[in-house]
Amino acid sequence: MMDILQILLSESFWAASLRIATPLIFGVLGALLCEKSGVLNLGIEGIFAAGAMCGWMAVWLGAGLWGGVLVAALAGAFFGLIHGILTVPLGLSQHVSGLGVTLFATSLSYFTYRTALPTVTSPPRIEPFRALDIPILSDIPFLGPVVFQQTAMTMLALAMVLLVWYVLNRTALGVALQAVGDNPDSVDAQGLSVYGLRIGAVMAGSALMALGGAFLTMSAFDAFFFGMVNGRGWICIALVIFASWKPGKALLGALLFGAFDALQVRLQTEVGAMVPGQVFLMAPYVLSIFALVVAARRAEYPRALLTPWFKGQR
Amino acid sequence: MTLQKVLSLNALSKRFGSVVANDAVSLELHRGEVLALLGENGAGKTTLMNMLFGHYMPDGGSIDVATPSGDMQPLTLGHPQAALSAGIGMVHQHFTLAENLSALDNITLGSEPLFALRRDRAGARAKVQGIMDRTGLTAPLDTPVGKLSVGERQRVEILKALYRDARILVLDEPTAVLTPQEADTLFENIGAMTRDGLAVIFISHKLREVLAFSHRIAVLRHGVKVGEIATSDADQRVIARMMVGEDTPTPTRAAMTPGAPVLTLSGLGLRSAAARDRLTDVNLTVHAHEILGIAGVSGNGQSALAAVISGLRRPDSGSIQVDGVEILNPNPKTMIKAGVGRIPEDRHHDGIVGAMSVAENMIIERLDDPLVQSNGLLNRDAIATNAKTLSQSYDVRGPGIDAGARLLSGGNIQKLILARVFEQNARLILANQPIRGLDMGAAAEVSRRLLEARAAGAGVLLISEDLDEILGLADRIMVIHDGQLTEVSSRNREDIGLKMAGEQT
Repeated sequence: MMDILQILLSESFWAASLRIATPLIFGVLGALLCEKSGVLNLGIEGIFAAGAMCGWMAVWLGAGLWGGVLVAALAGAFFGLIHGILTVPLGLSQHVSGLGVTLFATSLSYFTYRTALPTVTSPPRIEPFRALDIPILSDIPFLGPVVFQQTAMTMLALAMVLLVWYVLNRTALGVALQAVGDNPDSVDAQGLSVYGLRIGAVMAGSALMALGGAFLTMSAFDAFFFGMVNGRGWICIALVIFASWKPGKALLGALLFGAFDALQVRLQTEVGAMVPGQVFLMAPYVLSIFALVVAARRAEYPRALLTPWFKGQR
Repeated sequence: MTLQKVLSLNALSKRFGSVVANDAVSLELHRGEVLALLGENGAGKTTLMNMLFGHYMPDGGSIDVATPSGDMQPLTLGHPQAALSAGIGMVHQHFTLAENLSALDNITLGSEPLFALRRDRAGARAKVQGIMDRTGLTAPLDTPVGKLSVGERQRVEILKALYRDARILVLDEPTAVLTPQEADTLFENIGAMTRDGLAVIFISHKLREVLAFSHRIAVLRHGVKVGEIATSDADQRVIARMMVGEDTPTPTRAAMTPGAPVLTLSGLGLRSAAARDRLTDVNLTVHAHEILGIAGVSGNGQSALAAVISGLRRPDSGSIQVDGVEILNPNPKTMIKAGVGRIPEDRHHDGIVGAMSVAENMIIERLDDPLVQSNGLLNRDAIATNAKTLSQSYDVRGPGIDAGARLLSGGNIQKLILARVFEQNARLILANQPIRGLDMGAAAEVSRRLLEARAAGAGVLLISEDLDEILGLADRIMVIHDGQLTEVSSRNREDIGLKMAGEQT
């Protein structure tokens, strides 16, 4: 027991939690934006892969790191546009279209990677984002090492939490977005475009998801591997419900999952001899499901989620 | 009244597939005028207004709207945004409000620049407050709309239009969801607004309020404007004839002595998280040869009461007796067996299985009848014969008895349900909103059948939100409010209205 307490109090544990949480923060915020407008985006898993591949590829081809981030975001927005057109004006099943986007984006990323590098056996590396050392802030006890000695992309993720919250709650655009996810007729009757708002939200959300993928190749690791997204996208879909579609709680949910994951790695080394390793690997997911069961009962679903809306059909 | 023209619809036409919804309808509206648009369901009233507001693109015709200075300008068709900027506001029958947002956010939605970094909420609030002070339409501005009452939501809808400087206000069946008193208040507010120059078009099928509150009446039938009349020259009979095209005989209710009780509910209670699904200590008795009317504003426990009597929900306390026998295990099967015939509220959804044929829907509640099946196999000839006989005697018209029931019109679906219920010689008939949404002919037919069942010795429990329907059919009246029933002895709409609002105990 003492060991667990020691882990929980250590700076390195919380720094690792935030690092593991970073792609999830991007992903949950992205899924949240899409769903707030009424569109479920199951393309997230594939968009993660596309963001990871495109960001890395851009840097490997000679772009700067921030150029890579931009390319990843654009790639995400592109897949968001596909999903948006299929589900919003065409009104196709959001589940089917989303899974289709995931398959398409994943395969296209692998295909592009293989075509560009047909003969390479060990993945080529890039120079990733380095940990920051922000003067003064980094020297704050505990908070400094945990928050301010991360990479720039983690800072960006935290800034995005604030930005998404601000846009949703303090701007006219956010009010319109929340309205279109609750009752599209309210937006239409006030002369705004339901299609425009929804496609825009899905594109912006997908761009954020792609940044989560880009974090993997440009910050957490320095290369692109097959299967590296490894279900992170699906976790985000669950975390949105846990967060009850609120950006602050989305951050909390991502951190919670990150902490479970960081904890299981450390516990594995502590008591790994007695318990099979799979139990630890499973732990974050089991705990997340449990947290979800508790939180989902009170979750405030966007009322129009999954419901297509057609112009002139009332 | 000044006769300054503010709106003219010029020969507007709209067709959906082969159905002509509006055929060259022209209409004029003047400053400060209240125009009532009347017509049966499907006459094309809402379609016409949706074209005016840009929800639908007309197939032909044009619209001219007066600018604030009074010049008539053609309106860009098919764009709500254009209608809004021309000063046209519309309050839809189904509210177009985002329930997760506050009233203030709903009101300002779409009128501020989308991509500005900040919003001028203080300025917006001051403007809304000014409108509320001027018109007497008040609503809490900061509560999420989902928590507001129906009357408050409607006021938010009107405020939305006025906030955008509407000079023409369209109200689609504004009183359908209000108590009589709330409706009167609404029309008082409208009166105040028209004195400031607002022009109002309201759609209704309640002749009483049309006669009391409009200046002019336009009547649509089958998509064509069949008449226009100054309200001072109109009366109920004249308008009804214009709407239907002929005189409809109103069924007369002969006096009858009630017989033995056929349904007795005592101390019935139903718990639920949602207030609208709760019942508290409900006691009622329906006798043979009697129609008991349950009046009330929608969402006060009517659905829960109907669900309990249909056997769809098991009460948490109290007892149910049908024809003197206590039902110990209420479920749909035992209730049908006990002699309860059910005419459900949502006839399309709960009354029929749309994908099954008309013939199958007619026998669906008596599958264990030996006439219908033997040894588990359906007797198709008997089912077809039964369907032919019933279709004829109940005048069910449609593409035939083998066609899917969903292809029938609302009135014919209702007749199919009546045929099914009455052929079982039900002791008690639960009629939940049996007339809502039917045209006058079908409505008269339903009323006649209910009175026939009453004459034949059945008891009828009539649940309706339309007070006129209850006053016309019921022998006794009870009011449901907040899950509780109270008997009213008076047949005065004022008294009943107050009870419906829960203001009198």
